[in-house]
Amino acid sequence: MKENKKTYWKGIEQLTNDPEFVKYADKEFAHELPLNGEMRGNGRRDFLKMMGFSVAAASLAACEAPIRKAIPYVNKPVDLDPGVPNFYASTYVQGGNYCSILVKTREGRPIKIEGNPSSDISRGGTNAQVEASVLSLYDDARRKSPLKGGTAISWTDLDNEVKSALKSAGQIRIVTNTILSPSTKAVIADFQAAFPSAKVVTYDTQSVCGLLDANKESFGKSVVPAYDFSKADVIVSFDADFLGTWISPIEYTKQYSKTRKLGADKKSMSRHYQFESNLSLTGANADYRAPIKPSQQGPAVVALYNAIAKKAGAGNVSGAAEGVENIDRAANDLWAARGKSLVVSGSNDPAVQVMVNAINDLLGNYGKTIDIEKHANYRQGNDEDMAAFIKEAGAGSIGGVIFYNCNPVYNHPAGAQLAEALSKVKVSVSTSDRIDETSELVTFVAPDNHYLESWNDAEPKVGVLSLTQPTITNLFDTRQAQTSLLSWAGKQADYYSYLQGSWNKYFDASKYLDFQTFWDSCLHEGIFTYEGPASTLDAISDSLAVQPVVVEATVASFAGNVSNAGAAIAKGYKGGDVELALYFKLGIGDGTQANNPWLQEMPDPVTKATWDNYLTVSQAFANETGITMFEGKCNKVRLTVGEKSIDVPVLIQPGQAPGTVGLALGYGRKKAGVVAEGLGVDAFALSGSSNGMVSYDVMSGVSIEVLSDKYQIAQTQTHETYMDRDFVVQETILSEYVNDPSSGRSHPKIATWLDEENHAVAPNTVSLWKGHEYPDHHWGLAIDLNSCTGCSSCTIACQAENNVPVVGRDEVINRREMHWMRIDRYYSSDAAPDDRKGLEKAAANPEVTFQPMMCQHCNNASCETVCPVAATTHSTEGLNQMVYNRCIGTRYCANNCAYKVRRFNWFKYHDNKQFADENTPMNSDLGKMVLNPDVTVRSRGVMEKCSMCVQRIQYGKLEAKKEGRRTNDGDINVACASTCPADALVFGDLNDPKSKLSKLLKIKDNTVSMDKEVGEERAYAVLEAVGVKPNVLYLTKVRNIDQA
Amino acid sequence: MMSASVALAQGDVISEDATVIDAGKQLFDANCKTCHRIHEKNVGPALQDVYNRAPSVEWIREFVRNPTRVIQSGDQYANDLFNEYNIMMTAFPLEDEQIMSILAYVQDETKKGPAEVAVADTGTEAATQDAGPSGFMNAIMVGIVILLLLVLGILFLIMRVLKRYLQQQSEDLGEEDKELLGQTFSLSGTLTSKPVVFLTIFIITALVVKGVITGLFSIGVQMNYAPTQPIAYSHKLHAGQYQIDCNYCHTGVRKSRNANIPSANICMNCHSSILPDSPEIKKIKAAVDNDTPIEWIRIHNMPDLAYFSHAQHVEVGGVECQTCHGQIQEMDVVKQENLLTMGWCVDCHRKTEVNGKDNAYYDQLIEYHKGNGNEKMTVEDIGGLECAKCHY
Repeated sequence: MKENKKTYWKGIEQLTNDPEFVKYADKEFAHELPLNGEMRGNGRRDFLKMMGFSVAAASLAACEAPIRKAIPYVNKPVDLDPGVPNFYASTYVQGGNYCSILVKTREGRPIKIEGNPSSDISRGGTNAQVEASVLSLYDDARRKSPLKGGTAISWTDLDNEVKSALKSAGQIRIVTNTILSPSTKAVIADFQAAFPSAKVVTYDTQSVCGLLDANKESFGKSVVPAYDFSKADVIVSFDADFLGTWISPIEYTKQYSKTRKLGADKKSMSRHYQFESNLSLTGANADYRAPIKPSQQGPAVVALYNAIAKKAGAGNVSGAAEGVENIDRAANDLWAARGKSLVVSGSNDPAVQVMVNAINDLLGNYGKTIDIEKHANYRQGNDEDMAAFIKEAGAGSIGGVIFYNCNPVYNHPAGAQLAEALSKVKVSVSTSDRIDETSELVTFVAPDNHYLESWNDAEPKVGVLSLTQPTITNLFDTRQAQTSLLSWAGKQADYYSYLQGSWNKYFDASKYLDFQTFWDSCLHEGIFTYEGPASTLDAISDSLAVQPVVVEATVASFAGNVSNAGAAIAKGYKGGDVELALYFKLGIGDGTQANNPWLQEMPDPVTKATWDNYLTVSQAFANETGITMFEGKCNKVRLTVGEKSIDVPVLIQPGQAPGTVGLALGYGRKKAGVVAEGLGVDAFALSGSSNGMVSYDVMSGVSIEVLSDKYQIAQTQTHETYMDRDFVVQETILSEYVNDPSSGRSHPKIATWLDEENHAVAPNTVSLWKGHEYPDHHWGLAIDLNSCTGCSSCTIACQAENNVPVVGRDEVINRREMHWMRIDRYYSSDAAPDDRKGLEKAAANPEVTFQPMMCQHCNNASCETVCPVAATTHSTEGLNQMVYNRCIGTRYCANNCAYKVRRFNWFKYHDNKQFADENTPMNSDLGKMVLNPDVTVRSRGVMEKCSMCVQRIQYGKLEAKKEGRRTNDGDINVACASTCPADALVFGDLNDPKSKLSKLLKIKDNTVSMDKEVGEERAYAVLEAVGVKPNVLYLTKVRNIDQA
Repeated sequence: MMSASVALAQGDVISEDATVIDAGKQLFDANCKTCHRIHEKNVGPALQDVYNRAPSVEWIREFVRNPTRVIQSGDQYANDLFNEYNIMMTAFPLEDEQIMSILAYVQDETKKGPAEVAVADTGTEAATQDAGPSGFMNAIMVGIVILLLLVLGILFLIMRVLKRYLQQQSEDLGEEDKELLGQTFSLSGTLTSKPVVFLTIFIITALVVKGVITGLFSIGVQMNYAPTQPIAYSHKLHAGQYQIDCNYCHTGVRKSRNANIPSANICMNCHSSILPDSPEIKKIKAAVDNDTPIEWIRIHNMPDLAYFSHAQHVEVGGVECQTCHGQIQEMDVVKQENLLTMGWCVDCHRKTEVNGKDNAYYDQLIEYHKGNGNEKMTVEDIGGLECAKCHY
C-alpha cells in the first residue's frame, strides 16, 4: 500500500501559510465574536435580562391562541389530494439549453424539479440552473401584465395596436435565441405567412456559430453534432467546458461519468486531456491539463492535427504551436483509441473547428462517438445574421422587431449599438418575462409565461421530442408568446390545440388506440422518440401502417479544407502581453436567471466565490504586480480592452494560464430585479469578434492597471478547514488501482493497550459507546469521488428540498452561509509541505479534487454527546436527528463536529426585511410558494444540518406500509443523489442486501448491527481515525495518469 | 315475466361465497351505505330482499348504473320508487361483478336478519376490564378510611376513660399534671402554632406553583375547544345516525397526511337532492355557485413543527378516529376531545401495540422483536419516540 503523500490546500492562504489565516484556522469564524462590554450600548447581560422579560411577556400575551382557518376546495380536482405530491413530466428549455424534468407539485404549486429518468438525453440528471428554475417562477420581478410605453394595457388593446403597427411597419425581424420547439417554429412560420417581410434572426448567448459553420463546410450541415462521451476512451478538449457550461452539460456529464466508473468488473476508465486558459470545471476533472493562452488555442489544435496526421500518413499543416505540453501524449493516446475517442473545442472560430473535425475524421470518430446525422439542435444561432440585423436597425431600415424571449441589449456584444438603434425602429415588441435591458427600450411588452406555466414542445435531437406542460395556472396576467404571435398573425390563438395539431403527424395509429391515448402517453413520459429524420415525418402518418422507416447508418464524409483552416489559424492567432478569456459560470450562465438568489449564492465550484464575478489572474501575475489576496480580499483592477474599460475585483486563481486573465459573463445586470441588480460587472461588451463570429477570447489590446481600492469577494473556500488532518481526500492512479484496488487508501491506526506489540489498532475496533442496533433500516450514502465533477447541482437541489435560507453576500463573508451540502474543492500537488518552491510551482497548475460534504450521520456522533438538551439524537435507522424546537443554540455540537457540517441560524432569515432582497423565497407571499411544506422553516438561534432528507424517507416508508410491503430500493432517494448528473451519490438501505448501495459497497453482513463490514476496497470514511463511524462513505478518486 | 326468467339464468345467480360477500361489504360501505341500510329505510329504501322485489337483477344493474335513464324510460317500478322517496339516486359506474358482490352481501345480511341487540364492542369491554383494578383500589381506600375512623373513635373513647379516671384520682397528681389535665382546646393557639403556620404556607405555595406550572403547560392547548362553525354541520346526524363512513367525506384520511375537510362538491353529492332548501345547505350551494370556499374554523391545531400523518395512523395503524377525536359520532358541534400535546402522543406510542398483522413491512421487525424475547411490540419499540419521526 502506498500512502498518499500529496499536499492538499483549499486556498492560497492555506498554501502560503498566511499567519493571519493560521491564527484562526481552528476556529469557525475568522474573528472573535464581540464579548461582554464590547457591544455598543447595552451589554450582553442587559440584553439577556431584557430578552427574558420579553419572552415572559410574550408567552403571557400568547395564551389566547389565534383562530386558524381550514379552507377546503370548493370543487376538489380528482387527482389532487392535499398532502400528497403530484409529479408531472415536463421540459426545461432556456434558449438552447435542454433538460427533461419531472415537476413535483404540492396543492397545485410546483416546489421542486427532478430529472426525468425516461429521457435518453438527461437520464434523470439536472444541473443547478434547472434545479433553481422553480424559484424563478415565483420571482416578484416578473412582469405582471402587458405594457405599452411603460404603462399597463389590456391584452385586447395590445393585440389591436401591435397588429396595426406591424402592418405598416415594413421590414419586420423576429429576434430570438435558439428555438428547440418545432411547434413554435411552425407558429413563426404562420406569422411570416401573415407578415411576409418578417425574417427570423437567431443568436446564441453562448455562441457556437464557429462550430456550426465548420460543420457546414465539413459535412454540409450547419448543426451541432450529437456527441457520445460514454463511448470515448480518450477525450481531448480545447477550452470546451463540456461538464459545466458547453452546449449540453447535463447530457455530457451523464455520458462522461459512465467512463469514470470503476469496480470489480470494470477496471478501465477514460483518459481526459484539457487545454485551456481559465481553470474550468471540466479542466478541474481532467487527468492531464495544460494551461494555454487563447492565442495558443488554434496553433495547439494544429499541432495535435499534425501529430495525428503523421501517424495517419496525411500531410502537415503550417501554423502549429511549439512546445505545448501534453500534445504528443494526447496524440499517442488518441491514435491508440481510434474510433473510441473524441476531440472537442470550445472555440468559436470556424477554422479551429474545421481542424478539430479533421482530427476526429482522421481518428474515425464520426459515426461512433460523433453523430452528424442524428444531430443535436441545441445551438442554431448565426452571429453574422445578428450583426447584420443590428447594422440594418442602426441604419433605420427595420420597421418592426419582435424580441422573442431574448435580451440582446444585455447579452449580445453589440448590445449598446442595438439599444441606440432601437429608437429608429417604428414598432418594437418584447415577450420578455420581466423588464430587462431590452424590454425597457421597446414599445410593447407582451410578457410570456414561465415555462412551468406553459405548453410547449422541444426537439433537442433529431428524433427525440419532449413536451412541456403547465404545472400551475398563470400567476400573473401573462400570455404564452406563441399565442401572442398567433393572434398578431390573425390566427386562432390557442397554442394548446395548435400544439396537439402539430403533433398529429407523430401519431401512429398502429401503436396507439387514438390520438388522445398517444398524447396522454407522451405527456406522461415527457418524451417521445421516432425513427428517421424530420423530413420523412409528414409521410409517416400516411405510410407507417405499411412499412416502418428504416434509417441507414451512413457516415457523411469529411469535406473540410484543412490547409485553408491552418492558414487562417497561422494568420489569426497572435498573442498579446495579456490575453482575456471570457467564460460562463455554472450557476449564473448567461445571466438570464441572475435574479435567482439560489444561483447567486451557489459557490462557484472552482473559485468558491458567490454573488460576484471577478478577474481571475495567475499567481505569477500577482507576484509581478505585488498584489496579495486574503480570504477573497484583494485589489481591484482597471481592465481595459480597446477603448472600453471596467473596474473589477481580482481573484488569484491557481491553474490560470500565465499571461491570461479570465472574466465571467452574465453579471452586471442593470435591469433584472432586486437580487441581480448591481452584482458584478457586465463583460459582454468586451467580447471581440473574429471572422464575423463573436469571440470570447480577446488576444490583443488588453491591459490591466492595479488600483489601490480593495474589495472582498464572498468566498467560501477557506471556511471549515480541516487543518492539517491527512486523508480527508484519498486518491490513487489507475495503474496502481488495477494492481491493488485499495491503493491510495489510508489505514490509520490508533495507539491502545489492546495490541501489546504495536500499541496500534484500527480505530473502528475501539469505542467508548455501546453502539446501536438497526433492526429496521440502516440508511447510508456512498459518494464516488471519481464520478463527482463538482457541478454543485446537489447543493441547489438540497436547498430547494430542505428550505435552506439564502443569507446574502455580507453574511457569506462572515462565514455564515447555510448550505447543508457543500462541495469542498481541494488543490493538490506532489511537492512536500515544506518544499515552498515546489508548492509554488505546483500551484501554477494544481490537481483538483471535489468532495461533496454534508452531515456524515455518524454512528458514534460527536455532536450528540455534547448537546446539553438532547436536541440532536440518534435514530434506530442510523440517522443523526436534529430537533429545532429543542435546540437552545449553544453551538456545542458545531464545535464538536469533526466535519464542520452544522450550520447555525444567526438571524431569522424569513420574514425579515434585512434579508428581503436576498432571501426572496422566505420573505414574500409569492416567494414562499416555493417552500417545501414537509420541512420546517427554521428560526433564529437554532442549529441545522443535513437530515438525509428524512421527510422523503418517512414518505417512502409510509407508501410501503400502506401497500403492505418493504421499501423497494430506489423508492426513496435523497435530493442530492436523485439530481446528480454524474450518478456519484448512491443512497440506500445497508440492511437490504439487494440494494444498489449494499452491492456497491459490497456489504458482507446485512445484519442489524451498526458496524457493517465494507468489502469495497475503495470505500473509506473521512477522518476515520476520529472513530465516529459515519454512515456516509467515499470511494477513492482515481486519476488516469501515467506513473511519474 | 318471460324476460325476467331468462335474465335470471346464468350470471345472475347471487353468490354465497364468503370472499364475494366480503368484497360486497366493502363496496356497500364505500358506495351505498351513505343512503341505504339493509333492514331499515334510510334516505333510500331498505335493501333486504331487493333481488326478489325488483323486476330483475338485470334491472337492478341498469338502475344502479343510470337511474335517471331507467326512470325516464317510463319503467313503472322505477317511477313508483322515485315518487315514494322523491330523490334521484346517484349513478354509480360499477362493474357487473361489483354489483353482484354487493347483492351477495345484501342476500347474506337478509338471511341473517336484523341484529337483535347491539353487541357491546370490544372497546367498551376493554373499558370494563380497565375498571377492575381501579374499583378494587377504591374499595381498599374506603376500607382504610373506615378503619382509620374506627381507630380514631376508639382512641377518643380511651382518652375520655383515662381522663375521667385521672380526675377521680386528682389528689395524687402534681401541679403540672393538673394543668395538663385541665387544659382546654384553644383554636387560636393551634392556628398560630409554628407547625400549622409552616404547613399552611407550604401547602399554599405548593398549590400556587402547581397551578402556575399546569397553567404554563396548558398554553397553546385547546382541549374542549368547540368554536361555532360557518355551517352548522352535525357529525351526530351524519356519522352517528346515518352511519356515513368517515372516509366518504374525509377523502385523504387513508392516503395522505391530511384527512381533508371535504370540499363543497362532496356535500352536494347528496344535498343536491336531500334537503336542498335548508338554510344551511343553501350556504353550501352558494359557496359552490359563487366559487368561494367555505372557511371552516380549524379545531385540531398541530404546531407547524410536528408532522402528523392520518394515513400512517388510520390506514397502516388501524387506529379508530374516536381514539383521538373522541366520540365524534355523538357530537353536534365538534370539540377537541384530547390534549394533542406531545406528552399525549408519546403516551399513546408507549402503550399501543403495532398493527403488524398482514403487513409485510413489519414482518422483519416482529421477528427481530420476538427474537429478543418480547411479546408485545409497541410503537415505542420500533422507534416511535424518535424525534425525526415527527419533527423535521
